[in-house]
Amino acid sequence: MSSDYPGTSLSEKEIQDGTVLSVQDKLLGNFAWDTGIAIGKYLAGFKDGVILGSYCTQCRKTVVPPRNVCEWCYRPMSEYIPLGDTGVVNTFSLCYVTWDVKRIKDPEVPAVIDLDGASPLHGIMHKLGDVQPDQVKIGMKVQAVWKPAAEREGAITDILYFKPIEE
Amino acid sequence: MSMRKVAIVGAGMTKFVRRALETGKELSWQATRQALDSCDLTMDDIEAVCLGTAPDAFDGVHMKGEYLSDGAGAWRKPYMRSYVGGGTGVFVPIQGWYHVASGLFDVVLVVAEEKMSSYYPHAQAAFLTIFDHTTERPLKPNLLWIFALEMNRYMQTYGISKSDIARVAVKNKRNAADHPSALLGDAEITVDDVLNSETLAWPVNRLDVSPVSDGAVAIVLAAEHVAKRITDKPVWIEGVGWNLDTAYWTNRDLAYPRYVEYAARMAYDMAGIKEPRKQIHIVEPYDPFDYKELHHLEGLLLADRGQAPQLVADGITHRDGDMPVCPSGGLLGVGNPIAAAGLMKVAELFWQLREEAGARQVPGQPKRGLAQAWGDLMQVGTVVIVGR
Repeated sequence: MSSDYPGTSLSEKEIQDGTVLSVQDKLLGNFAWDTGIAIGKYLAGFKDGVILGSYCTQCRKTVVPPRNVCEWCYRPMSEYIPLGDTGVVNTFSLCYVTWDVKRIKDPEVPAVIDLDGASPLHGIMHKLGDVQPDQVKIGMKVQAVWKPAAEREGAITDILYFKPIEE
Repeated sequence: MSMRKVAIVGAGMTKFVRRALETGKELSWQATRQALDSCDLTMDDIEAVCLGTAPDAFDGVHMKGEYLSDGAGAWRKPYMRSYVGGGTGVFVPIQGWYHVASGLFDVVLVVAEEKMSSYYPHAQAAFLTIFDHTTERPLKPNLLWIFALEMNRYMQTYGISKSDIARVAVKNKRNAADHPSALLGDAEITVDDVLNSETLAWPVNRLDVSPVSDGAVAIVLAAEHVAKRITDKPVWIEGVGWNLDTAYWTNRDLAYPRYVEYAARMAYDMAGIKEPRKQIHIVEPYDPFDYKELHHLEGLLLADRGQAPQLVADGITHRDGDMPVCPSGGLLGVGNPIAAAGLMKVAELFWQLREEAGARQVPGQPKRGLAQAWGDLMQVGTVVIVGR
């Protein structure tokens, strides 16, 4: 193995002060994603304050978000089932960095929530709220806090967050 | 199956750095030249080129395969870029392997490149697009979320503490102090340093994570009859495996990487390995986060579920332990230019099995090693087993 490795390390400063030339640019990407069949139903459910899963009659599994093909048996899934808007915290994090790497003092609390009515270990990613970060526990029972019906637009954000409830 | 034996006959790499002066093309060329020089071949001897590189979003260049092709020596040759997220670096040698094993080519160059610094000032935001655009991205997720969520679930399921996990970061960063290409080698680092580093997304602290980096790695593969003419120390590819789990990541067991087990079983079967814990002498599992090394050792069936932390605590996975893990320094220590980091693990095994790893050399004349990577939305496993 060679002991002389190529590659030249630069510092951020050399870019900032122009010692090393750089070209800076922004890429604009505007998209309109139509929601498809299964997710379309899922989002329409949010408008009504309902979380929908889909059920495979062959595998007897209820999955969420719903989909129109079962990934286990590859048969069509056409049964959409309303799940509870309650569930259990499968796991969570206390995140002090935003998606674009800004530091925040009060953490966001992303979580995977196993929804009541879905098969075991089947949940969705969302956030927790109305709770002190140091009080969040795996296994905690939580319920969706919805936007007022008139403000819902058929989006995952129609659920503002999940909050702890008494067992 | 009738397949030809395939050997690794040469390897090279650049330094892994936070920001390289060189472009991705230039890094690819540097690593390739090192690999060719190491086995006294020239580009004229190369019949086909396999390139691995991760998301185009980092570079802001569409179709990176074409963009990097001159640096990778691909022009006028059969050439293809493969991409399976973080698993790419251990997938691209598999792609090279079947090019040769199939009988289609005798000598193939495998190049893995990543230049993450072009996404300015920080590559993190590029990762937003891995989340589902309709059901997840409106929540403004950070890439750290997914790892923090998995790490917490792993800790809770088996009663593992943050300091149990921090030992992995300490081991790998100390190992990397002996790697001349390393970005984050630190012979003095302690568990307290890791635990006291900034909390990014509890339970993940800054030193639990490998840094974004730039770098490239290349290896040369040859069919048996050619390999024996090129070198008297060929390192044979004995088994390969890859597997994909559900992309609905909130619908699976986050405490256990089933996709790694499936990939490992495929590779063990091919290599004729019945007792991996006895027959694998060096392990280079994918360690972008310290808990992932433990998670992956369990998926590779090299530790019982929830028991990998004990191997670290007992020193078994140290460089001079019974089963050295990441003697290179891994992603946590050498750096994490995604695809290049995975292929670095294969190159490390090549050097270790030829006893050319210098200060990093594992004692006891190891005969067989395993490299593994993982990626996509945390659900692809790629495994390569090599032996001498």
